Amino acid sequence: MKRHWPFALLAPLLVTLLVAFAAPVAMMLMRGVSEQELPAVMPRTAEALRGWDGTALPPDTTAATAANEMRAARRAGTINRVANRLNYDIVGSRSLIFNTAARLDQGAAGSSVPDLARIDPRWGDRATWSAMQHASGTTSSFYLWAALDRRVDPDGRIVGVPSEQAVFVEILLRTFKISAIVALLCIILGYPVAYLVASARPKLANPLLIIVLLPFWTSTLVRTTAWVVLLQTNGVVNGLIQSLGLAQAPLPLLYSRTGVYIAMTHVLLPFFILPLYGVMRQVPPDTLRAARSLGAGPVSAFVRVYFPQTLPGVIAGAVIVFTLALGYYITPALVGGGADQMVSASIAFYTNRSLNWGMAAALSILLVLPLGAVLILGRTLSGWRPI
Amino acid sequence: MSAPASRGERIARLALIAVAGLVLAFLLLPILAIVPMSFNPTSFLVFPEDGLSLRWYRMLAESPDWTRSFANSLIIAGATTAIATPLGTLAAIGLVNLKSRARPLVVALLGAPLVVPVIVVAIAFYFLFAPIGLTNSFVGLIIAHTVLAAPFVVIVVAASLHGFDGSLLRAGASLGAPPTTVLFRVLLPLIAPGVAAGAVFAFMTSFDETVVTLFLAGPEQRTLPIQMFEGVREQISPAITAAATLLVIASTLLLGSAELLRRRAERLYGPPGR
Repeated sequence: MKRHWPFALLAPLLVTLLVAFAAPVAMMLMRGVSEQELPAVMPRTAEALRGWDGTALPPDTTAATAANEMRAARRAGTINRVANRLNYDIVGSRSLIFNTAARLDQGAAGSSVPDLARIDPRWGDRATWSAMQHASGTTSSFYLWAALDRRVDPDGRIVGVPSEQAVFVEILLRTFKISAIVALLCIILGYPVAYLVASARPKLANPLLIIVLLPFWTSTLVRTTAWVVLLQTNGVVNGLIQSLGLAQAPLPLLYSRTGVYIAMTHVLLPFFILPLYGVMRQVPPDTLRAARSLGAGPVSAFVRVYFPQTLPGVIAGAVIVFTLALGYYITPALVGGGADQMVSASIAFYTNRSLNWGMAAALSILLVLPLGAVLILGRTLSGWRPI
Repeated sequence: MSAPASRGERIARLALIAVAGLVLAFLLLPILAIVPMSFNPTSFLVFPEDGLSLRWYRMLAESPDWTRSFANSLIIAGATTAIATPLGTLAAIGLVNLKSRARPLVVALLGAPLVVPVIVVAIAFYFLFAPIGLTNSFVGLIIAHTVLAAPFVVIVVAASLHGFDGSLLRAGASLGAPPTTVLFRVLLPLIAPGVAAGAVFAFMTSFDETVVTLFLAGPEQRTLPIQMFEGVREQISPAITAAATLLVIASTLLLGSAELLRRRAERLYGPPGR
C-alpha cells in the first residue's frame, strides 16, 4: 500500500489525459480504419453486402433492401451521408444516390437490380455495388488506400486513382522532405552556436544562451508573423538583398518554399540547440586536451574525439526538430504558397471544409506512424530521455 | 583553452565566432525587427523614417475585436493555469517518487501531448467536442489547453524536485505529521519556486496556443493568437506588429521570470541529479 502512494498523486492527471487526450486521439484515428456512414444509415444493406461474394451482381433481395433503406434515409434526412461516402470512392455517385432515393420516394419500383437499373443504369454496374460493399464493413482500408492515392477495384485489385485525384502521396513526400531539410539546416546552423555557447566562459555563455532562449520563449505565431512582414516583396529582407546588389528585382520570398524553409528553421532552431548544448556541457573538456597531448591535430581531435561524444545531442535535437516540423501547420499556412502546404493543411481541409473525417483521420495515421517510428529510433540511437 | 593556441586554432576559433554570431543574429534580429515597425506612423510595414507614433497601439486599445480577444485569452489562460498547475504538480511529485514497472508507460502518457502533432490533437478534440456541443465554448477550450499545458508543469516541477532532500519529508512524518500535512506544510512551500515556474509555463502555453483554438473557438471565444492569425492572413497592417511586440515583451518577462524561479529552485536544493 505504502509503495503505491505516488499513483494516488499521479491519478488525477493520468485520468484527465486518458479521458481527454488518449481516448479522443485513439477514437479519431479509428475513423481512418472504420466505416461510420453506410453501416449506420443503411445497416441491413451493409449486412447483406458484407455476405456478397462480389463476382456477379448482388441478388435482388439485396437490391430491394437497399431501395427500402435509401427511401427511408431520404425521409430521415440522412441520405447525404451515404451519398457523400460513395462519392469519395466513385466521383458522381452523390447524384446517383440522391436521384435514386428521390425517384424511389416518388413511387418508382425498386424490388430488384433491374428495377434500380431502370432508374439509373449505373445500378446495373458491378462497380457501384462493389463501392457500396467497400463502405459496408466495420473495419475499412478504404481511407488509408485513398490517402496513398490508391483504391480497390471490383476485382479486389489495388489500383491507382485517376491522376487528377492523386495528390496525397506528393503532399506526404513534400511534408517529409521539408521536415528533413529543416532538420538538416538546424544541424548545420545550430552546431556552431551550441559549441560556442558550451565552450565560452560562463560570463559570456549566459547572455549567449539568452539569445537562444528568447526566440524559444516567443510564440511560434509571433515569429511567423515577423517573417511574413520581413519577407514581403517590398520588405526588409528584399531591401537588404537589393542594397547588397545580390538581385536586381525583389525576390518572391513570401508564399514560396524558400520562405517556408527560412521561417521554419528560425522557429525550430532553438529546439535543436538547447538539447545539443545540454549534451555538450556534459562532455569533459579533458578528453579533447588528452587527445591533443597525445599528438592528435586539432581537426582530428575534434572529429574523432569531441564530435562522437556530442552525437547523441545532434540526433536528439534533429529528431525533435524533424518530428515537430512534420506536424507544422501555422508557419506553412502563413508563409507558404499553395504548393508548399504540408499534410497538416490537408488534415485541416478535410476536417473543416470537406467534412470527410475518415480522410482526415487516415492522413493523421500516415503522419503519426512515421513520427512514432522516428521518435523510437531517435531514442534508441541517442539514449536521450526528455523526462 | 588554457594551453597556448596555435595560429590555426585561433583562426578556427574566430571562424566559429563569426559563423555562430551570424546564426545568433538570424535568431534574434527578426524578432527585434518588428518592434520599430510598430511605432510607424504610416500604414506601411517599414521602419519609421519621420518620427515615431503610438497610433497602432491606440488602435489596438480602441478596437473591440482586439480588446475582446485579449480578454478571452486572459480568461482561458487563467483558467487553464488554475487547473493544470495543481494537476501537474501532484503528478510531478508522484512521478519523481514512482518506482514501479509501469513508470515508462506513465512517462509516455504524460509526454504524449508534447509529441503528438498539434493538428492531430486539434481534430481529435474537434471530433470529440462537436457532437456534445463543446466546440464554440470556453469550457471545451479550457479542457483542451489544460491537456496541452499540464505536461509542461510536470516537466518543470519534476526538474525542481530532483535534488530535493527526501529526509525532510521523513522528518515531518516521523514527528507525527499526516501525509497531507507533510505535503502542504513541508514539501509545497519548499518547491514553491518550481511550482510558480510551472504555472508560468502553463499560462504561456495556453496564451500562445493557436492551432487547437483555431478548430475549437467560435466567434465568441476568439483569442489573441486567432485574432493575429486572421489578421496576417487577410490584411496585414502595422497593428499586427504592435500586437506582436506586446506579446514578445509579455512572454520575455514571464518566461524570463520562470527561468529565474527555476534556477532559484535548483540552487535551493543543489544541482539536479543529486
